[in-house]
Amino acid sequence: MKAVDFDYAQPATLDAALELLAREDVMVRPVAGSQSLGPMLNLRLAQPELLVDITRIAELRTIRQEGDRLVIGACVTHARLEDGDYPDVTRGVLPSVAAVIAYRAVRNRGTIGGSLAHADPAADWVNVLTALGADVVIAGTGGRRSVPMTDFILGVFETALQPGEIVAEIHVPALSDRARWGYYKVCRKTGEFSHATGAVLIDPARGVQRCVAGATSGKPVVIDGPALFADGCTEAAMAAHLAGSPAADDPIALRTHTVALKRAIAQVMS
Amino acid sequence: MGEVSTAGSGVGARVRRKEDDRLLRGRGRFVGDIALVGMKELAFVRSPVAHATITGIEIPEEHRGTVFTWADLAAGGVKPIRAVSGLPGFKVSEQPALADGKVRFVGEPVAVCVAATRAEAEDIAASVFVDYAELPVNSDMLEAVTPGAPKVHDHWPDNVFLETNVGGTIAEIAATAPVKVSRTIRTARQCMVPLEGKGVVAHWDRHVEQLVLTTSTQMPHIVRAGLSECLDLDQGLIRVVAPDVGGGFGWKGLLQPEEIVAAWIAMRLDRPVRWTEDRREHLVAAANAREHHYEITAYADARGRLLGIEADAWVDAGAYSVYPFSACLEAAQVGSILPGPYDFAHYRCRTFSVCTNKPPIVPYRGVARTGVCFAMEQMIDAVADAVGREPWQVRLENLVPPEKMPFDNVTKKHFDSGDYPESVRRAVAAIELDGWRARQKAGEADGRLIGVGFATYCEQSAHGTAVYHGWGIPMVPGHEQAQARITPDGGLELRVGVQSHGQSMETTFAQVAHEVLGIPLEKIKLVHGDTGLTPYSTGTWGSRSMVMAGGAVATACRTLAERLRRIGAHLMQAGPEAVVLEEGSVKAGAAAVTIREIAHTWYRAPQLLPADVDRGGLEVTAGYKPGSDHGTFSYATHAVAVAVDPEIGQVEILDYVVVEDAGTMVNPMVVDGQIYGGVAQGVGTALYERMPYDAEGQPLASTFADYLIPGFTEVPHVRIIHMLTPSPYTEFGVKGIGEGGAIAPPAAICNAINDALKPLGVTVTNAPMTPEVILCAIAETRGAA
Repeated sequence: MKAVDFDYAQPATLDAALELLAREDVMVRPVAGSQSLGPMLNLRLAQPELLVDITRIAELRTIRQEGDRLVIGACVTHARLEDGDYPDVTRGVLPSVAAVIAYRAVRNRGTIGGSLAHADPAADWVNVLTALGADVVIAGTGGRRSVPMTDFILGVFETALQPGEIVAEIHVPALSDRARWGYYKVCRKTGEFSHATGAVLIDPARGVQRCVAGATSGKPVVIDGPALFADGCTEAAMAAHLAGSPAADDPIALRTHTVALKRAIAQVMS
Repeated sequence: MGEVSTAGSGVGARVRRKEDDRLLRGRGRFVGDIALVGMKELAFVRSPVAHATITGIEIPEEHRGTVFTWADLAAGGVKPIRAVSGLPGFKVSEQPALADGKVRFVGEPVAVCVAATRAEAEDIAASVFVDYAELPVNSDMLEAVTPGAPKVHDHWPDNVFLETNVGGTIAEIAATAPVKVSRTIRTARQCMVPLEGKGVVAHWDRHVEQLVLTTSTQMPHIVRAGLSECLDLDQGLIRVVAPDVGGGFGWKGLLQPEEIVAAWIAMRLDRPVRWTEDRREHLVAAANAREHHYEITAYADARGRLLGIEADAWVDAGAYSVYPFSACLEAAQVGSILPGPYDFAHYRCRTFSVCTNKPPIVPYRGVARTGVCFAMEQMIDAVADAVGREPWQVRLENLVPPEKMPFDNVTKKHFDSGDYPESVRRAVAAIELDGWRARQKAGEADGRLIGVGFATYCEQSAHGTAVYHGWGIPMVPGHEQAQARITPDGGLELRVGVQSHGQSMETTFAQVAHEVLGIPLEKIKLVHGDTGLTPYSTGTWGSRSMVMAGGAVATACRTLAERLRRIGAHLMQAGPEAVVLEEGSVKAGAAAVTIREIAHTWYRAPQLLPADVDRGGLEVTAGYKPGSDHGTFSYATHAVAVAVDPEIGQVEILDYVVVEDAGTMVNPMVVDGQIYGGVAQGVGTALYERMPYDAEGQPLASTFADYLIPGFTEVPHVRIIHMLTPSPYTEFGVKGIGEGGAIAPPAAICNAINDALKPLGVTVTNAPMTPEVILCAIAETRGAA
């Protein structure tokens, strides 16, 4: 299939982009790497009248350190995060996770902000940035606001973005020297979407003990604090913590999510 | 064993492919690359429901004249596709190229829209409103054969295209056999997903007064025959051309409704039109294959020697019978080939070609053999388990031994040659079974379970006249013809009616001709895939092209050689008996005259020719059939080692060995390539590929995000070991090899998974063996324990 007829704009500044995105006379959508929206356009699942390409906006393509945070522009590609031309404050989380997103061809174009805005529960950044405790800076014509990941992802393909708003930056807190992390996803084949994702961060100096079960039928399931670790991280304890969450839709799914989480935790413990 | 040399560039040489220079540089010319002046693009309105009566089609006023329905085609004299089998009891389906008042599967074409671009044609398609009165749906073949099931074709008494019964009663064996094992086995509905989808450009060539259909096909001559029948147009008014074709696997081995529509529109509008199938159309609307269901029982003695096999088999043939293979080829083939490469005496098999509200089933690489091998090889392992022996030992116990070759099996299949047991012994050695058994015993640090599986098959290929006459379908292969023509500068043109869409024929047929004539490969040009330029052929299917068309090329070249020898002898003033054709020259002792010089004489200096010269000249069309009409039988044993993760149900292939016998290999590198590609598809059948349907007949996968195929990282490194038993019946002893790689992987991988799961008491019997299937089987066994 071919996309419906649409107009295309490629503004050079964020303000120009936001102005276009605020138009109410046409159906408008932002696009960055086009790795999710592209197929949706071609399947006519998305039928915008105006596509605003934000990838030429310089400020959205920068990575910089601000104190104990790394600020990543929304249009930074997975490939760049994989290749690591920036001060990695995450002790390897960003490049390691970026390297296992889909295939390199997808990573060359796909962006971190686009992945969050699309909010596929199986997406790597949706779960990993939740585990890292990142904040999302949202820009709109009314200004900017910062939202923690746990409040940004609201459900399957649902985010805190309001009409006319886009993801501008992701703020990732630096990990302390003794922080440890684990990441495990269950994919049927290399590069395929995850069926169960476990992401774990333990950073004693910052008082963080966080487990995330992702690729569920809802927003990431966060088990924050020492409870799970106090329970010895047994499979039974994990299953109990996941019970009632979107990870427990059926026994087979619950089992697979438990295993993903168990294997992520094992990386931290080893 | 054969003694063909692998040096040089003739038969047996590992020559690089001539076509790669074009294809690997992206310079091929596919349907999608063609641009004709004034060409329009087509988009189809397709049914969103599986079974319904069409109560109205509303075409917006502004699009009248650019949207066409069956009413327009029927008024123009277009007839539905009828692919009839002569087997007794076959029920005929009529498939109109656009739906005629009723739709029978999701994706069935209902109307066609014409515009300058595909996107605009799709805009028009979206504006056409079709009113459907939905009918009850047959989404599962076993339910479709129950009394009271909704009927796909109203005038039929039931939903069965054909029931066949092979063999006799085996009640006595059933009552007395020491070992009896039964299984329910199923393979999923698959799509073929060649890299290039289907595509067609049609236009009326005013100069030659012909309809020219440039189409992505494996069989241009058969498409011409079918078009002629449906359009009621003389075959002389139709030329079908296959340009570069990016893989077929069976999907391009049939006449398609879209081809008929494109041809009719081109004539109606008197301008070129094109339709290119997109991936969504491919996955949803067409190219379905493989869906089998078996209830099968094996009887054996205490050593595992097979006493008999009894089976009922169902094939979900979809809504219509495809042209030319028909809806019953697959299931009828199940009945005749289920016994596989084994020697046993008692057999009974009943098959049903079931009509359902799904796209028509199409023969896919290996056709019924992949399902048959999946069923039979599971039974061998089940018998081995029952008698407490290694599965490979039970295979050795039952395979036809070399001393019995040639051998007529229980269904009268004529196995031509080979050492089947040796393929098993070599596979056991190559996979290093003892090492895996030791590792199994020790256990894996990561908790995964190791398993090893084997599967053996033999494959009838290059089917002869009698075999296809028996099916009674619209296509019966006879003598395959090839034309060989020496050019005035001493080169060679070969013209064949088969079509190369990955088989490397531009290289391998040149090797065959070189073997006979000695003309260098770079001076040999293959012309193929064009009814206007080549002799009639049923096309490329059934692993037949090298046996049949290769044999015809050799035959034509031998006739040319004799003519060249006689002219050469005259030019050297030698007797014809005193000269030989060697290395591209006719030689008499120390004297020699090159083919180039002889060609120059024939074409440019005929005054030098002898008075009694053969007036046929340096151009020959020759027909060929192998010495046996039963086809050739290649065979192989596949061995695979896997690690199964019982926590998440994932399977990793750790090693994969193919021991195969294709007889004489014209180009071993090409044979290896065929096997690698086939195994990749077999891995897809085994672990990934499934087109799921819901109860309403809706396909639940429409992109590669839902329909998984193996990628680079999922296809194992395959180690190939060649055996080499020439066929006694063919030129050079070649056997068909194109499909074999895709036959055994699901069976071998299934047996390996079950070997791995044995400590858990778990057995899986359905393909694909996805994590969900494996986890459910483990959970069920736990629940039952």
